[in-house]
This record gives sequence, C-alpha cells and structure tokens, in this order.
Amino acid sequence: MIGDASALQLVLTGDPALLAIVRLSLIVSLSAVVLAALIGIPFGAALALIQFPGRQAVIVVLNALMGLPPVVVGLAVFLALSRAGPLGSWGLLFTPKAMIIAQTVLVAPIIAALTRQTIEDLWLEYRDELNAMNVGPVGRVATLIWDARFSLVTALLAGFGRAAAEVGAIIIVGGNIDGFTRTMTTAIALETSKGDLPLAVGLGMVLIVIVIAVNALAWTARRAGERMAG
Amino acid sequence: MRAPVSDVPISFENVTVAAGAVTILDGISLTLNPGTPTILIGPNGSGKSTLLRTAMGLVRPSQGRVTWGGRENVPPTRRAIVLQRPAMLRRSASGNIRYALRASGVGRTEQQSRIDELLALVGLGQLADRPARRLSGGEQQRLALARALARDPAILFLDEPTASLDPAATKAIEDIVHAVSQRGIKIVMATHDLGEARRLAGDIVMLHRGRVIETGPAAAFFNTPQTGEAKTFIAGELLV
Repeated sequence: MIGDASALQLVLTGDPALLAIVRLSLIVSLSAVVLAALIGIPFGAALALIQFPGRQAVIVVLNALMGLPPVVVGLAVFLALSRAGPLGSWGLLFTPKAMIIAQTVLVAPIIAALTRQTIEDLWLEYRDELNAMNVGPVGRVATLIWDARFSLVTALLAGFGRAAAEVGAIIIVGGNIDGFTRTMTTAIALETSKGDLPLAVGLGMVLIVIVIAVNALAWTARRAGERMAG
Repeated sequence: MRAPVSDVPISFENVTVAAGAVTILDGISLTLNPGTPTILIGPNGSGKSTLLRTAMGLVRPSQGRVTWGGRENVPPTRRAIVLQRPAMLRRSASGNIRYALRASGVGRTEQQSRIDELLALVGLGQLADRPARRLSGGEQQRLALARALARDPAILFLDEPTASLDPAATKAIEDIVHAVSQRGIKIVMATHDLGEARRLAGDIVMLHRGRVIETGPAAAFFNTPQTGEAKTFIAGELLV
C-alpha cells in the first residue's frame, strides 16, 4: 500500500503498488496505440491515395480531430458503455478495456492524419515510378506504407505521447479504482487533490522518464533502420 | 484466347497534351519502331519529357491517340522508362531491382541471378547492399537503368539520363545504353546534348515548342538539316 513515503523512496524500492500503476498505464496506452495504428494507418493511407468528392473536408475534419478534448472523448465513451448506452451490454465501463477504447478514439485520428500526410508526400515522389512498373492499388499501398515505415514511427510516437499524458478520458471511463483502473495520470490527479504531493511528484517523474525512454528507443530503432534501408 | 499484348510499335496520331491553358505537345504524329536508337532533341521546354511520358502511358493525350502494338490503353508490360529524376525506393540497390522484378512477375528463384546480372551490367555489383538513396547521382542513374531493364523491356525510354553527370559518369551511361541497344532493345532517349545525340543516334526526332520540326536518320539530319530550326540548333546557336 502506498503510504506517506517520499517519492524517491517509492521509486527506488520498487513499491509493488506503484509498479502495478506503472504497468497498467503502459498496458492501456500501448494497447491503444496498437489498435489506433491498425485503424489509423490503413485509413490515412487510403485517404492519401483515393480521390473522392468531399476529400478535402474529410482531411480538415481529421486534422481537427487530432485536438479532440480527452474529457469529451471520455464522456462519449462513458455514454456508449454505460448500462443504458448502446454498448452497455458489454459490461466494460470502469475496466481497463474501457480505458483502452477511449484512448484508441483519441489516438486514431492523430495516427491517421500524420499517416495521410506522410503517404501523400511519398506518393507524389513514387507515383510515376510505380505506374511505370504497373503496380496495382494494393501493391501501391503496401509499398508506400513499407517505405514510409520510419516516418510512421513518428506518428506512433505522437500517438503514444498523447495517450500516456492524458487523464481526462481514462478517469471518466476507468473511474480511477485503486488496484484495478488506477494509472499514473489518474493517480497524480487524485494524490494532488488529496494533498499527497510527494507521491504525485514521484509518479510524475516516473511518467516523464518512461515517455523519454520510449521515444529514445523508437529513435534508436529508426536511426538503425534508416542506416540499413536508406 | 487473348491475343498477346505488344508494346511496339508505338504510334502517336495527332497527339496534343495540354496542361490548363499551356499546350505542351501540339499535334504530334510519330511512330516508334524497333531498331536503332531514336534520339529526341530540342531545347528545354520543347516537350521531350512529355513526349516520353506520353509514350510510356504516364500522361494521357488531351486530343488524339497513342497506340501500343495497335491498341489503346495497354498497361506497361514490355516498356520501361528512366525518368529525368528517378525516384529511388527506400531500399537497397538490389532491393530496388528486386522490387521491379517482382512487379513484373519474375519468380523468387530467378530473382537473385537476375539482380546479380543487372547490377554487373551497370557496374554496381559492389554496391548491392547500399541504400539506394545513399548512392551518388551517377550511381542512381545507373541503378534506375538497371531497374528499368529488370522489366525486360522491348522499348526503353530515357529522359536526359546524363543531364547532370560529369564526363566519366556520362560515358558509363552511354556505354550501357549502347550495350542495351545491341541486345535488340529499342532505345528512345531525350537529350539536349548534341554530342551525345551524334554518338548514340540511329535516327533523330527534333522537337520545338511541342511540335515535331524534323525527323530522319542521324547522318542526314546532322549533315543536311532541312529546317531553319534544325540548322540553328546544330550550329549551336540559341534556339528560343
């Protein structure tokens, strides 16, 4: 149980309650990024390549959705998953799964919008070559996503940053239940309002270190990959 | 049974290409037959690139029609192009060629021997694993040539492949073009370099302001040009 110990003490001794909070935060945010990537990358690529009436409007709306307020997303997912809501029978409200759904909704537009921009730029460069090689639509999408893979890592990182940092959506749909749906950000919000500042500061430091570590890892992987594939 | 699709001969019938209010090609009629290299000459902006891209099928005529082996809208099967600024796929040199081989349906077992052969032809055997975008300008042009040849073309379009290269790199490209032509692949190449045109041409097509000014065997064109524009261009004066 997390008591009045100082922030540094908790971090250094690997307090099990604190580790559980860190673990859940990572599971929720990383799952949301994976799901959002599975939705956002194909959607962004399709939007980059397919011409249709109203495409410009869709792009504007998608770009605007990058700035969705987390509390509004939380509220919408809360209404959908609450007992009287359309998905109420799933019984997911106040579970980690509900938090993953909410963060997926937040992150998918970010990944889709950044993917659209990346793939469209690469398509302008590759278009004549791929047409000259008689590459069909499916092959085009596969080629562009594969060749843009290092740039797309940046889109995933932006999505992860958003998910790891937000509190508004998951506190509404998760409920910040101790030992079940408590994450770093919801714990910080709670401990700060309770006045337990050392714990809040400790969690804040852990959160920042994790975000930096994930970015450093992705950066290293990207550099190594670029050296090999150009 | 479908008749086998052929890419040659390529016929332009009164082809006009316009971009907005600008006419880039203006009523071109021309047939490209197998044989010795055809060199397109003319000043910048005369329509050489657009003519090549139209012959490749990358640009659709605004008016008139282009036929490949007598048919319209034939997807590129045995024709290939080296663009003026070739895009290097974000893969290794051999990866770029493998991509072209796969796109034209060459089986996995055959790919590696073809890659080795094509890289050797363009003198890039040592750089097979180098990322294509890290190659020098001349090396990229040669890789683009190898990648185009991977499609086993009957006709190969080259858009000023030596435009920004030094003499050594230019000679390397011209030697490859010569060797490729000897194998029976029809070369259609744009250049504004008269020396290069003399070295490579079987016959000449001269363009100016989107129109064909003069065509004919290279020797006749250079020795007894028929039009004022051709005389001016050959004399090395500024044709505007």
